[in-house]
Amino acid sequence: MKDATAIVGVGQTEFAKAIDQSELTLAVRAIKGALDDAGLSASDVDGLSSFTMEPNIEVEVARNLGMENVTWFSQVGYGGGAACAVVGQAAMAVATGQCQVAVAWRARKRGARTSRPWAQVAQRIEGPAQWSRPFGLLRPVDEIAVLTRRYIHDHGATRDHLCNVAMAFRSHANRNPNALMHDKPMTRDDYFASRMISEPLCLFDNCLETDGALAVVVTGTDRAADTPHPGVLVHAYAQGLNAQHQTMTNFHGEDPLRGPAWAAADLLWRRADFTPADLDVAQIYDAFSPLILLSLEGYGIVERGEGGPFTDDGNLELGGALPTNTSGGGMSEAYVHGMNLVVEGVRQLRGTSTSQVDGARTCLVTSGEGVPTSALLLKAA
Amino acid sequence: METTRLLPDEDEHSAPFWEACREERLLIQRCDDCGRLRFPPRPMCPDCNSLEHSWVDAAGTGTIWSWVVVHPPVLPAYNAFAPYPVIVVELDEDPTLRMVGNVIAEPGAAINSVAPGDLAIGARVRVAFEDLEDVTLPRWVLDD
Repeated sequence: MKDATAIVGVGQTEFAKAIDQSELTLAVRAIKGALDDAGLSASDVDGLSSFTMEPNIEVEVARNLGMENVTWFSQVGYGGGAACAVVGQAAMAVATGQCQVAVAWRARKRGARTSRPWAQVAQRIEGPAQWSRPFGLLRPVDEIAVLTRRYIHDHGATRDHLCNVAMAFRSHANRNPNALMHDKPMTRDDYFASRMISEPLCLFDNCLETDGALAVVVTGTDRAADTPHPGVLVHAYAQGLNAQHQTMTNFHGEDPLRGPAWAAADLLWRRADFTPADLDVAQIYDAFSPLILLSLEGYGIVERGEGGPFTDDGNLELGGALPTNTSGGGMSEAYVHGMNLVVEGVRQLRGTSTSQVDGARTCLVTSGEGVPTSALLLKAA
Repeated sequence: METTRLLPDEDEHSAPFWEACREERLLIQRCDDCGRLRFPPRPMCPDCNSLEHSWVDAAGTGTIWSWVVVHPPVLPAYNAFAPYPVIVVELDEDPTLRMVGNVIAEPGAAINSVAPGDLAIGARVRVAFEDLEDVTLPRWVLDD
């Protein structure tokens, strides 16, 4: 399926802590925006790709937008692991002829307390969480903090490295008027003065609580020649589930710091015509800052244990070795389960990012490390 | 419900573990065919795919593999103790046998009874047990 499909439209709502519209309204606004961007109408859409956590089912999306017969629809699990997969599976469906034009989307009112999975727990904890939640490991940040402490111990990383990540993404958000953290500069002192959430992680190691929706339109590369914007090619795509994985509390395997990213990366790079050294820009899933260090290693951008030092010298910032999360990412633009990372990857390869990397031709987009995950390599046409 | 501590919902695979905790025993599954030890409990051995297993007593000793300090806001029942440490213990029997738990100053002490400054990766711990409602949870005390 290499380069057989292209992302021809992107759409999004505003991002805010609380938007006074339903998730369904947000979803159909984002999809309508993406279709307009692609110069297509709802009746052109015959494929729908979404998250199992998506609150808006295909039926509602299709009848609100007025779609005709839809011949392919699917959902991908594992929350933040799914954003690249919903696009990749849509590309597979187009490439195999199951549909001609597919829409992938995510709408979320994260700000609503009821949408936080960790706040929806019953008193009796079923399944794998029975081995962690009763002991007070309650929130995703607590689970990732466990891996972070061990990572710091094994590899000599420091909170300065995590601060580098937060600072880089904030600097990008301050160039992006749509980012929640636009106009909110942050200093190193601000980072180190912020309250601890789950030591060793502080407030600014965390993503944002965000309401909003994003959508992308995928179609065949031949059809992309006729769309208003040059199609961004889906060059390679992979999902990843590593041996003995346990979602979020991935503490039980031989090597818990070698997570799903490694599983996805192996196929991703085997399918690609280029290597990590050829990346112009990256959008790496950042629910928490340490996921950047793990993902840089998992996707082969640096060797094991070198994720921390790589964040030095502004390497993640515009003008650095690998500008990363150039819209601000989940930590400073919006946290919509990583769909904003896909959309920003498209903008970079169209040349329309607010933190544009000059002449960007290749972009890695990843989904969540710590859960069964997925990744995309996007390429300018 | 949020004012109540979270407790495990025992299922057919985990019930023998929790049942043994009530007798202050820490049990681990061992494959009857290849001998592999595994945790958390599950029906099939990932090495040989045997469905046959026995439960064996762990020594109840291990080392801290990692630890965090949880700060508010968390669920009300846990906010009362926050900030509190949570540890992951690597059992002496096998490095892949890792259990999330709480380190306490002595049996019966609260989950915030050990100062985070006393914790370190590699520190030795020994199991203790605490009854909560109809469940008994394993806890850990520093063992030096």
